[in-house]
Amino acid sequence: MATEVEDHRPLVLVHHLASFKLPLQDRLITHFRLFDSLASPEASSVLALICVGPTPVTVDTLDHLPSLRLVVGSSAGLDHVDLVECRRRGIAVTNSGDAYSENVADYAVALLLDVLRRLSAADRFVRSGLWPQQGEYPLGCKLGGKRVGIVGLGSIGYEVAKRLVAFGCTVAYNSRNKKPSALYPYYANVHDLAVNSDVLIVCCALTNETHHIINKDVLTALGREGVIINVGRGALVDEKELVQFLVQGEIGGAGLDVFENEPNVPKELFALDNVVLSPHLAVSTPESFEALNEVIIANLKAFFSNKPLLSPFQQE
Amino acid sequence: MDSITVLMTSPMSDYLENQLKDRFNLVKLWTYSSKTDFFKHNSHSIRAIVGNTKIGADAELIDSLPELEIVSSYSVGLDKIDLRKCQEKGIRVTNTPDVLTDDVADVAMGLMLAVVRRVCECDRFVRRGLWPKGDFRLTNKFSGMQVGIVGLGRIGSAIAKRAEAFGCPISYYSRSEKPETNYKYFSNIIDLAVNCQILVVACALTEETHHIVNREVIDALGPEGILINIGRGSHIDEPELVSALLEGRLGGAGLDVFENEPEVPEQLFGLENVVLMPHVGSDTVETTDAMADLVIKNLEAHFLKKPLLTPVV
Repeated sequence: MATEVEDHRPLVLVHHLASFKLPLQDRLITHFRLFDSLASPEASSVLALICVGPTPVTVDTLDHLPSLRLVVGSSAGLDHVDLVECRRRGIAVTNSGDAYSENVADYAVALLLDVLRRLSAADRFVRSGLWPQQGEYPLGCKLGGKRVGIVGLGSIGYEVAKRLVAFGCTVAYNSRNKKPSALYPYYANVHDLAVNSDVLIVCCALTNETHHIINKDVLTALGREGVIINVGRGALVDEKELVQFLVQGEIGGAGLDVFENEPNVPKELFALDNVVLSPHLAVSTPESFEALNEVIIANLKAFFSNKPLLSPFQQE
Repeated sequence: MDSITVLMTSPMSDYLENQLKDRFNLVKLWTYSSKTDFFKHNSHSIRAIVGNTKIGADAELIDSLPELEIVSSYSVGLDKIDLRKCQEKGIRVTNTPDVLTDDVADVAMGLMLAVVRRVCECDRFVRRGLWPKGDFRLTNKFSGMQVGIVGLGRIGSAIAKRAEAFGCPISYYSRSEKPETNYKYFSNIIDLAVNCQILVVACALTEETHHIVNREVIDALGPEGILINIGRGSHIDEPELVSALLEGRLGGAGLDVFENEPEVPEQLFGLENVVLMPHVGSDTVETTDAMADLVIKNLEAHFLKKPLLTPVV
């Protein structure tokens, strides 16, 4: 009888909601044995799982996986993972590392330029044939010299800052902790940052502490000419308040890639020319997902060879 | 100085108009129903022209104003002014460089990002209520794209500085090489177009640069290439550009200027890979005021026999 070749590939659970698929399945199977059901007998021995998109990892999930030591996330944000519970059980968690940072930073800058210089509104104006009729188009606002406040100076916030400095903006930030390596002025809370900024760019992780971190108080502090750009999570901003401020003209404008109840977007925003909307796609380029695949594979390989993880999640 | 008569050629700025009215005897060209009418009343009193990108000072106008001493343009571009005639007649010419450099460079960057990441198209997608039906598709990464600049003057350099912050390798074609920069120089525009992914037109409009972007250049840039124009509409052969876009021979375009403003080729209105602006490169409150102030300062300096601030001729 021929002996079976032993399969030395480590076992990994691909944890996904029915509507989400993991595109890099083919590449993973050269290194790992995969399965995708919590009901499978392998659930009791698996050491690592890949969390596809926003698939929740809850206490219940973890109860099905008594041997689990690693959760590999596939997004920058991990608000769908019970991080407290993972920490309690000694389970390490990794995120997308730098895979997305440049793309999200690019989109944040794109939104800011669009809001200040009215690019989408002007494009609508031209396409509707109004230019020959109406001639004059309203003036925009200069970006150079604007004081930009970055909420969350992580890898995304850092890339945003680097870009905006080249446009002649001054940058300051708020993070959970001051970063000794950052050259920008630090504010211990978002209110003070808002008082001293013309623009706020929200790039931080969504946690219990940062829920609605941009609230009525912060919007008031930012002022009537202020601009908010959100490329983090919808729930970082008190959306009802923001809509009120925008509709009443109490804030200068907003560029929003994320919303509290996606894919639903408050319809009051559709009539406003000082608002630019996008359907949660700041990360969505083929290059991002390729880089993400590299990060996922690298984290898994490191874990199974007892080497340091590439992108362990750290609260900013 | 309200005995000095200044001609404003078009309603370019309320702020500038008021400033001119306060200081000079202001004549507004657009309030006259005919040229004959205008010349009959004013030809011997006008000593200065304030022009812009729409109406400057051509040979006919200059020749019909014997007392003309200075043309102060509310623009940095000089393509609407007959510079040779001004030189011949000893007429001074000033423009508004530097104060608008940042804003125009910002629009160039905004157009690049908007075309590559489909920002305006995504905004339309959301406003049309399409998101609940499914996600928008992927777009290409912007950071790291190769950017080629036609004309590395003030505006071209400002664009290069910004694009560098996105990790974009910079190359350029200019009348002369600029060894003080680290950017890659190409001695002709075809080679530049072949070797970049985004081609930005940032040079002055002259006889030599008219239609500098023609079919050959568009073909060199190719079906993945993107063309950005913040110079003048006539830098690009517009009908060729439109066919290339409609036929998929060019990847995309971000245009702030057109050959026959305010007319824009309607065939572009249905395309998602273009972004169209109504010549707003320098149109911010801050910059338009700064431009107006510079126009006024140049005029005052001239009539007080002091050195001009930003003379061209």
